[in-house]
Amino acid sequence: MIPIIPIAKNRQLKRQQTKGRQLDLSTLNQVQELLGDASRQKDLLLEHLHKINDHFGHLPVAHLVALAHEMRLAQTEVFEVASFYHHFDIVMENAKARSGLRLRVCDSLSCEMAGAVPLIAQLKSHFSDCDISVEQVPCLGRCEQAPAASLEQHEIGNVTLSKIMHAVSAKTISAAVPDYLNYAAYQTQGGYRYLQDCHNGTRDRESLFQLMEDAGLRGLGGAGFPAGRKWRLVAAEAAPRLMAVNIDEGEPGTFKDRRYLERDPHRFLEGMLIAAWVVGISDIYVYLRDEYHGCRSILETELAKLRLAPPVDNLPQIHLRRGAGAYICGEESAMIESIEGKRGLPRLRPPYVAQVGLFNRPTLEHNFETLYWVPSLIEHGAEWFKSHGRQGRTGLRSFSVSGRVKRAGVHLAPAGISVAELIEEYAGGMLDGHQLYAYLPGGASGGILPASLAHLPLDFDTLQAHGCFIGSAAIIVLSQHDSAIMAARNTMNFFKHESCGQCTPCRAGTAQAVRLIQHEEWDIPLLEDLSAVMRDASICGLGQAAPNPIACVIQYFPHELKSQQGDKQ
Amino acid sequence: MNSPLTNITIQLNGNNVTCQTGESLLQVAKRVGIAIPHLCYKEGMEAAGNCRACVVEIKGERSLAPSCCRTVSPGMEVKSDSPRAQRSQKLVLELLQATTQDKIANEKNELSYWTKVAGITNNRFAPAEQTQQASPKDSSHPAISVNLDACILCTRCVRACRDTQVNDVIGLAFRGSEAKIVFDMDAVMGESTCVACGECVQACPTGALLPASPKAVQIPDAVVPSVCPYCGVGCQLNYQIKDNTIISVEGRDGPANHGRLCVKGRYGFDYAHHPQRLTTPLIRRSNAPKHADMQMDPANMMDIFREASWEEALAFASGTLKQLRDTHGKKTLAGFGSAKGSNEEAYLFQKLVRTGFGSNNVDHCTRLCHASSVAALLEGIGSGAVSNPVMDVEHAEVIIVIGANPTVNHPVGATWIKNAVKNGAKLIVCDPRRSDMARLAHRFLQFNADTDVAMLNAMMCTIIEEDLIDRDFISKRTTGFEALKQTVLSYTPELMAPICGIPAETLREVARLYAKSKGAMILWGMGVSQHIHGTDNVRCLIALALMTGQIGKPGAGLHPLRGQNNVQGASDAGLIPMMFPDYQRVTTPGITDKFEKAWQLAPGTLDTQPGLTVVEVMHAIQHGDIRGMYIMGENPAMSDPDVNHARDALSKLEHLVVQDIFFTETAYYADVILPASAFPEKTGSFTNTDRTVQLGRQAINPPGDAKQDLWIIQQLARGLDLPWDYQHVSEVFEEMRQTMPSITGISWQRLETEGAVTYPCLHEEDMGEAVVFTQQFPTSDGKAKFVPADLIPAAEKPDADYPMVLITGRQLEHWHTGSMTRRATVLDALEPDPVAMIHPDDLARLGVRAGELVTLQSRRGEVCLYARADRASPRGAVFVPFCFYEAAINRLTNAALDPYGKIPEFKYCAIKLTAGGTAPVQTSFGGGQAILS
Repeated sequence: MIPIIPIAKNRQLKRQQTKGRQLDLSTLNQVQELLGDASRQKDLLLEHLHKINDHFGHLPVAHLVALAHEMRLAQTEVFEVASFYHHFDIVMENAKARSGLRLRVCDSLSCEMAGAVPLIAQLKSHFSDCDISVEQVPCLGRCEQAPAASLEQHEIGNVTLSKIMHAVSAKTISAAVPDYLNYAAYQTQGGYRYLQDCHNGTRDRESLFQLMEDAGLRGLGGAGFPAGRKWRLVAAEAAPRLMAVNIDEGEPGTFKDRRYLERDPHRFLEGMLIAAWVVGISDIYVYLRDEYHGCRSILETELAKLRLAPPVDNLPQIHLRRGAGAYICGEESAMIESIEGKRGLPRLRPPYVAQVGLFNRPTLEHNFETLYWVPSLIEHGAEWFKSHGRQGRTGLRSFSVSGRVKRAGVHLAPAGISVAELIEEYAGGMLDGHQLYAYLPGGASGGILPASLAHLPLDFDTLQAHGCFIGSAAIIVLSQHDSAIMAARNTMNFFKHESCGQCTPCRAGTAQAVRLIQHEEWDIPLLEDLSAVMRDASICGLGQAAPNPIACVIQYFPHELKSQQGDKQ
Repeated sequence: MNSPLTNITIQLNGNNVTCQTGESLLQVAKRVGIAIPHLCYKEGMEAAGNCRACVVEIKGERSLAPSCCRTVSPGMEVKSDSPRAQRSQKLVLELLQATTQDKIANEKNELSYWTKVAGITNNRFAPAEQTQQASPKDSSHPAISVNLDACILCTRCVRACRDTQVNDVIGLAFRGSEAKIVFDMDAVMGESTCVACGECVQACPTGALLPASPKAVQIPDAVVPSVCPYCGVGCQLNYQIKDNTIISVEGRDGPANHGRLCVKGRYGFDYAHHPQRLTTPLIRRSNAPKHADMQMDPANMMDIFREASWEEALAFASGTLKQLRDTHGKKTLAGFGSAKGSNEEAYLFQKLVRTGFGSNNVDHCTRLCHASSVAALLEGIGSGAVSNPVMDVEHAEVIIVIGANPTVNHPVGATWIKNAVKNGAKLIVCDPRRSDMARLAHRFLQFNADTDVAMLNAMMCTIIEEDLIDRDFISKRTTGFEALKQTVLSYTPELMAPICGIPAETLREVARLYAKSKGAMILWGMGVSQHIHGTDNVRCLIALALMTGQIGKPGAGLHPLRGQNNVQGASDAGLIPMMFPDYQRVTTPGITDKFEKAWQLAPGTLDTQPGLTVVEVMHAIQHGDIRGMYIMGENPAMSDPDVNHARDALSKLEHLVVQDIFFTETAYYADVILPASAFPEKTGSFTNTDRTVQLGRQAINPPGDAKQDLWIIQQLARGLDLPWDYQHVSEVFEEMRQTMPSITGISWQRLETEGAVTYPCLHEEDMGEAVVFTQQFPTSDGKAKFVPADLIPAAEKPDADYPMVLITGRQLEHWHTGSMTRRATVLDALEPDPVAMIHPDDLARLGVRAGELVTLQSRRGEVCLYARADRASPRGAVFVPFCFYEAAINRLTNAALDPYGKIPEFKYCAIKLTAGGTAPVQTSFGGGQAILS
């Protein structure tokens, strides 16, 4: 006799169904209803995921199967995208869905300094019996109102337990829309006349290229690429050319874009449309971070008005796209991937976005603020912009100042101003009882500088020699009550949390760095090696900049390190 | 990449190196012998540049660059050995090592290899917690074991699954250090949509994905290059041999597969080692009568048969055949050869029948698959083979796949179609069943079964009405257009829409798309051919191509996807009743003379009348006209339509010689069984669907007393007084070349050195033509002929008694009648039970839950099997694979024949579906039972 053993598994499953998770018809009907008559094109995947996520408060896996079917995507194509973004909450078949309201509390540096950690503990314990889930999240872009939180889509600053209790009991969960200059008001003030000048032939493209170059306006998202040169580069590429606007303002400490958008959205939109006209853009994609619910409401409303009564003929198509909780999507190529409905993985360059960008078309990608300044530059001229500046630098910068200062907020100040001047002249000085100890000149990525370097000019290219950079001009001010190690740990945790995971140095490096700097004694040779490799070998700026705070602690704050103290004795 | 390659010079580690534009730095370094660690890079895949182990320093650049992604540019100064570059290379390896556990510490683990090369002995990082490490080992799949704690997230498996095979199962999910390789939506592999092509296992550098069989990870004694024994795609593979056992199979870079394989090719090899292999000749016991309604179980084989010596068995086999011939005349014998055997076997088999039996009563399973296609193609364009290889889809703008399910039946061929679609080609899928490929289609035309001609005529009508025809091509290269035009103009899309179920506007749109494209390919399968109007269906496809000039150039042509690994070659070699080798008709004057000369026969020896086809032979047995048969490697007791009738016929044979590797349903009716060799046990040439002749090489020895087929045929020939003396398979091939003009240029030597040569190949320097009909067609006037077709309904339409339609076909995991694949451990475990694919709505109407038993009945028979809910089946139709002996669906099928191709209507008959029934009884194989060996 031949010995026989049964080895086929799941025989009954195989008898009853084809391979893989099965489509459920009633679930499909629900998904079809939620999607309505919206296009099923693949790049709308995130948008459609939002519809389901908003409706249920999470993403049931059965609905993901139905969505994949409906969009003619493979199941894995939907799952890998949905699972990438932190705001999508996938619930598997046998798992329990979170119920009740979602409270997101920021634990990034400014908020941590404002007491976010004990606050979160307090909130968790207070709401432990209620239907509220309290989540620690990275920067919500309200650092001037630290600690910040959002209850569902309602953004709240200067959070206290009582404030939250009030919001919960009042069920204040939808976006709060601040007062802003709407379309009509903007037009009354003469808005869109520069765009009309472009379209009616009063201005020519060359003069605007020239203006941008003369003013020396640089990309204000952090990389500082000269805007005029970018316009020329993209304009020289073959049509159709696309534009992608980056309002994924996620760098901890940065809130300038939100601040401007909440007040004067059309100044930005006009700048955007002028740039589109100059460069010859057919479609504009505006990518807004998911955390900015109020801003999203403003843009939805105002874009609808714009489409209804366009200030000029032949307005390019404007697509508003919603992020889903991923800092990495502020990286220009990751943002493009995200707009295409994919995971936000930065692309390897070359090729550059200007040549092969969104949907593989030449793409003009700009940060919000860069475009925001375009109407003002036309109005006041290049000379006006260049007339500002200190310590040999020219132009204006919007500094997002937070931390231990009296007047946290966005301060428009001359480029090249020092942090000491910025605090004194613009931010109302240090908080009482606090003296400047250190500052982060460029959010989480830009490194940490000691008070002894408070005189350095703050601008592009001025801090590199000190192992730092200004990036989006997010200045976080630390006092003697804070420590650089605390800041380094906070930011490294942030980078680990936000690493896309694509490349080894960043994915494994941030995780190892977090572990290494938790120790009281730092293994400095290893950390220096690791930092160098992350800087040298990571694909994008996230991994390359992530070791900056560690390097700065080692260089500028050795006294905080236990081993170093030991050496000194 | 279109710019011409030019030489440029770069500096690499201080030395000038000449390179070509487009080369990556890693390729250049490899070429000049500089080792740079690399893990995510794999030749043949798009470089991902994510592992960063291969970073190098380029003068003037701020950060290091991945050498796998960065292409050379003139004057580039590159250092892979600078301290800075090496620091990164090494530390990246350290980081990866810290996140994994070495699974297999041999040369297959590329991470271990590179850490060893880099001299990393003491990892400075603590083992890091990553999400993947927490994932338990996944052994839910019978073929592949998943050990994500060895995964380095290089995404080679993702690219293998998504970019190469386009099966779209594996994904990279979650983010950062939570990132994880997932199947579908994080399913265990065994419950995912994975089709087990194994491309991911072949791609994995660390053993995170491994063959589940512990045998497969051993180091082989020998690696034997060969080809796959299953479908007509003709993938080249390597058998990994240890102790005369195949331990695993790997894809080899052949012209049709470039290293790719499917589940059958990669995991379906161990049938050769199954303990039920026939190892000794068997003679039927005198007290064992043949019952048409048998209960076949190989475990009880010895109740019916006794062992015999080869001498006795051969003498009995050939002696009785001879006696029948001499008593009842030459036409009393018939032979079925096999499309699974080699060209040489097919050739000798037909020669044996024609010269030893003395008639043209020789046929094989081509009759059951593409006979109608071949009939229409020979009639229309003078050649029954494909005009362009499958791979040519990469040059096509539009690809029509009609009546074919290539992801199931030609999986590797399907990958090229899917790749072409990913690269922008527009795919049109036309099929009553919604195949997997429909998801990728630009348009999916789910037309009503049996209405092919209506749909295709309507498209042609549009093309003529809208003047999208290629006048120049029609006038210079075709005849008969006017007659066709008159016919099809009456088939307007509006009239045909209600018949075929496709809106008129869609028919027009697809017609326009096809006609206007720069190049369009049509690929079809049995959905087109297995109808009584199969020849008409193909006539329409040919006419469509001719009127638009979509043939005779790269990326434009006609491709009937051939089923068996050697159905093309067996037909070429003359294993068909109306033609000698190379399609030389037995009725054409002078042809018999030619073969009598070539075979050194007396004039007038060869029969000038066409012989009987497969189904006709069965009828002839019933009528007493055929009394003896020799069946080699075919299983008509499972594969014939109306198989109860066929079994009855087989039971009535006075003498049946069966040559096979297993005790098949057909062997049950044998008087003598000759134990033969499995594919890997012999050497021979095989011709794939692309007309490419390739060499299958012996990798293992036949078990016990089993013999190679060529030897057995030759012994029988001698028993029939044929003085054959072929010492080696190559001698047979050389003889074939002499009588077959198409392959004159292919020598055995060429096959051994080149491994693959495509015909027509007219002389030894001829490279062979992949794309044919570029100048003329191989017809008497050099022109192709339009043949119009009118609507003919299926032979048996549904009615009140039998209200539903039965469609039969195959499953990905099982081959034809299942004799091999249901004895291949992995394949049988993946599909252990007989299932009927039924639309969930039909199941609901019947009140049957998925997985329960249903009974299918036709006027000819009934089976009971499990109901699988499957939206791919149209409502009102049931699809059943014919591989399950315990639910042999051909008991139900209709033996009605296409008048030209003599192909039965496997794709359409009327049935009744009822709930419940008696559970199918499985015997000693199949049903997901593994044999302990």
